Amino acid sequence: MAAVTETIETVQAATEGTYKWGFETDIEMDFAPKGLNEGIVRFISAKKNEPAWLLEWRLKAFAHWQTMTEPTWPSVHYPKIDFQDAFYYAAPKQGPKSLDEVDPELLKTYAKLGIPLKEQAFLAGVEGAGESAADARMPIAVDAVFDSVSVATSYKERLAKDGIIFCAISEAVHTHPELVQQYLGTVVPTGDNFYAALNSAVFTDGSFVYIPKGVRCPMELSTYFRINAKSTGQFERTLIIADEGSTVSYLEGCTAPMRDENQLHAAVVELVALDDASIKYSTVQNWYPGDAEGKGGIYNFVTKRAQCRGKRSKVSWTQVETGSAITWKYPSCVLLGEDSVGEFYSVAITNNYQQADTGTKMIHVGARTKSTIVSKGISAGHGQNTYRGLVRVAPTAKGARNFTQCDSLLIGDQCGAHTVPYIENRCLTAKLEHEATTSRIAEDQLFYCRQRGLTQEEAVGMIVNGFCREVLKELPMEFAVEAQKLLQISLEGSVG
Amino acid sequence: MLRIQGLTAEVDGKQILKGIDLEVPTGEVHAIMGPNGSGKSTLSYVLAGRDGYVVTGGTATFNGVDLLALEPEARAAAGVFLAFQYPVELPGVGNANFLRTALNAVRRGRGESELDAMQFLKLARARMKELNMPEDMLKRGVNVGFSGGEKKRNEVLQMALLAPQLAILDETDSGLDIDALKIASDGVNALRGPNFSALVITHYQRLLTYIVPDRVHVLMGGRIVRSGGKELALELEASGYGAAQAA
Ligand SMILES: Nc1ncnc2c1ncn2[C@@H]1O[C@H](COP(=O)(O)OP(=O)(O)OP(=O)(O)O)[C@@H](O)[C@H]1O
Ligand SMILES: [Mg+2]
Repeated sequence: MAAVTETIETVQAATEGTYKWGFETDIEMDFAPKGLNEGIVRFISAKKNEPAWLLEWRLKAFAHWQTMTEPTWPSVHYPKIDFQDAFYYAAPKQGPKSLDEVDPELLKTYAKLGIPLKEQAFLAGVEGAGESAADARMPIAVDAVFDSVSVATSYKERLAKDGIIFCAISEAVHTHPELVQQYLGTVVPTGDNFYAALNSAVFTDGSFVYIPKGVRCPMELSTYFRINAKSTGQFERTLIIADEGSTVSYLEGCTAPMRDENQLHAAVVELVALDDASIKYSTVQNWYPGDAEGKGGIYNFVTKRAQCRGKRSKVSWTQVETGSAITWKYPSCVLLGEDSVGEFYSVAITNNYQQADTGTKMIHVGARTKSTIVSKGISAGHGQNTYRGLVRVAPTAKGARNFTQCDSLLIGDQCGAHTVPYIENRCLTAKLEHEATTSRIAEDQLFYCRQRGLTQEEAVGMIVNGFCREVLKELPMEFAVEAQKLLQISLEGSVG
Repeated sequence: MLRIQGLTAEVDGKQILKGIDLEVPTGEVHAIMGPNGSGKSTLSYVLAGRDGYVVTGGTATFNGVDLLALEPEARAAAGVFLAFQYPVELPGVGNANFLRTALNAVRRGRGESELDAMQFLKLARARMKELNMPEDMLKRGVNVGFSGGEKKRNEVLQMALLAPQLAILDETDSGLDIDALKIASDGVNALRGPNFSALVITHYQRLLTYIVPDRVHVLMGGRIVRSGGKELALELEASGYGAAQAA
């Protein structure tokens, strides 16, 4: 059928033309020698001038990693990764400096990506004003991680006035060693899983956030991850601690150049919420997904976990996963504190040959803990999308509650959607609800939209955005708009 | 002018339209009546370009433009609007967002500037007031949970906003209460003018006392079997379609 060839062409045009973050920055870089061994671990630690305890910690993780094997349980398929055939450290030659001194090439890169690194005048009192879009835009503090290092962090001084620490984790190791040592690896232990162990051994940079007692963070914090160098893995480590009664909203974004090779991004993110603290963690993941034939793209193998240690603490994960060749990711909440709350809102799109195996784990330990899971999976082209979620309720979690809703949307007939819920309930008074649906974009919906003047692409974008609404509304407003556009771009050419 | 000549079309390999000849001069409103299953909705879908409605012969032009060669959205941009017999639900898609996107798409097609959110809201509120529609319908999902009559009113609202040159109303009166019927008819009459034409599909003569047609056509078995002035509707109501065909 003509429509089919047309679709293929549009898909190609879409993937080649619309990943507008696919450019490369030409900048002098410092590399570690290729490959992975104890020497590389020491090299990275030395580069960062780390204290002895951290080197020990890394070496232990590395020794553990060497005894481990890659997980095979996810529903994703890829050729075996040669861990010796990659660089584990790549950093711009010019080291991190103050905002005014950052290499202009890097500033240009971030400007091109639409990431504001420049600080705007921060007006006292605008905090409460952000009701409508027309109001003054809230400033956003950004930590920019370029390959293996953080190249700039904005609004640091302003945040420090409230006692908030927001900086690169490599910097926090020096400026706040006691906090880092107290919390690092306590949520995701070094030997937690294959990729977490690898990350613990060779992690290079990421963000560190500490919100002191009773402080409501006055602006969005965000980290923008950029992979630029060839054949380089990115091993991000992020640690966020919300002390008693504090509140923070944090967002991460990520992009990479278009390349034929697959590159590995293996991150570990740890969140700790103490009594009455609340952390909202949003991700808009837009790593290069590979081309229309499935060549290239990022392997996004990530361990993200939160501990609600405090009573009435709350952690909310919101993720919009549109990029990556393969996504393997389960942002989880360990609900230890009584009455603590965990939430997971997810949109995952797989188009062309993308694969995603993503979901969450909600571990209920404390009494009356509550969790909500809303997952929206969209598969198009040859995309494979798996929701994998665990709800575990310990005998101690009296009166715990979980609500899970998993919806899958299929576009075309060559893609797949799979829902794999695991429920382990050892508490009689717990109440668990699970709903799941699978649907297709109906022809009458498309026709209705097109009759009203929308193009096929706009129609798909609109229907998909509608399908994801419950998740998108959880995003901070400015990112919600970005995410909506991204959803449409990711699906361009998927319907013919 | 809408000109349809010898139009034949099939659905799932089944011939439904068996040679439609119909002309609606610019500025006129024509009614189409006919028994269930005679092909009225099929004709409207074919004119709007729905997938699966395969044209096997004949032509359809609007102001000289070959409609059948255009994608559905291009037909919309050319001024063709279809009020659906069964309006479609779009879960999670806000009505305001949908209406504004549609309006801007059509405006783009007409070479007009796009409206921002504020301009749109002003316009939409004014039209909704005329149609006596509660404003909260803008916030709800498109047609989701709307009553049958509300869905039809939402179609009329879309028509009023998009201001088409050719409106095809497929049983827009079915399901409307008496007041809503008047209001909806006013909506159509407000658009009437030298640059507006309409095809009004209905089963009820009553609608045609509000929207007075220039011509009435009877569609049976995939063909126009009879045409006449507005009095034909009254005659049909009195004596049924059997007599219409015989006459
Ligand atoms: N997919 C299909 N396969 C076979 N026949 C179909 C299909 N779709 C529609 N038809 C038939 O086409 C004929 C015309 O349908 P259409 O909806 O155009 O009728 P209508 O005149 O609008 O009727 P009503 O007054 O009930 O709305 C009907 O007999 C219907 O069953
Ligand atoms: Mg009909």
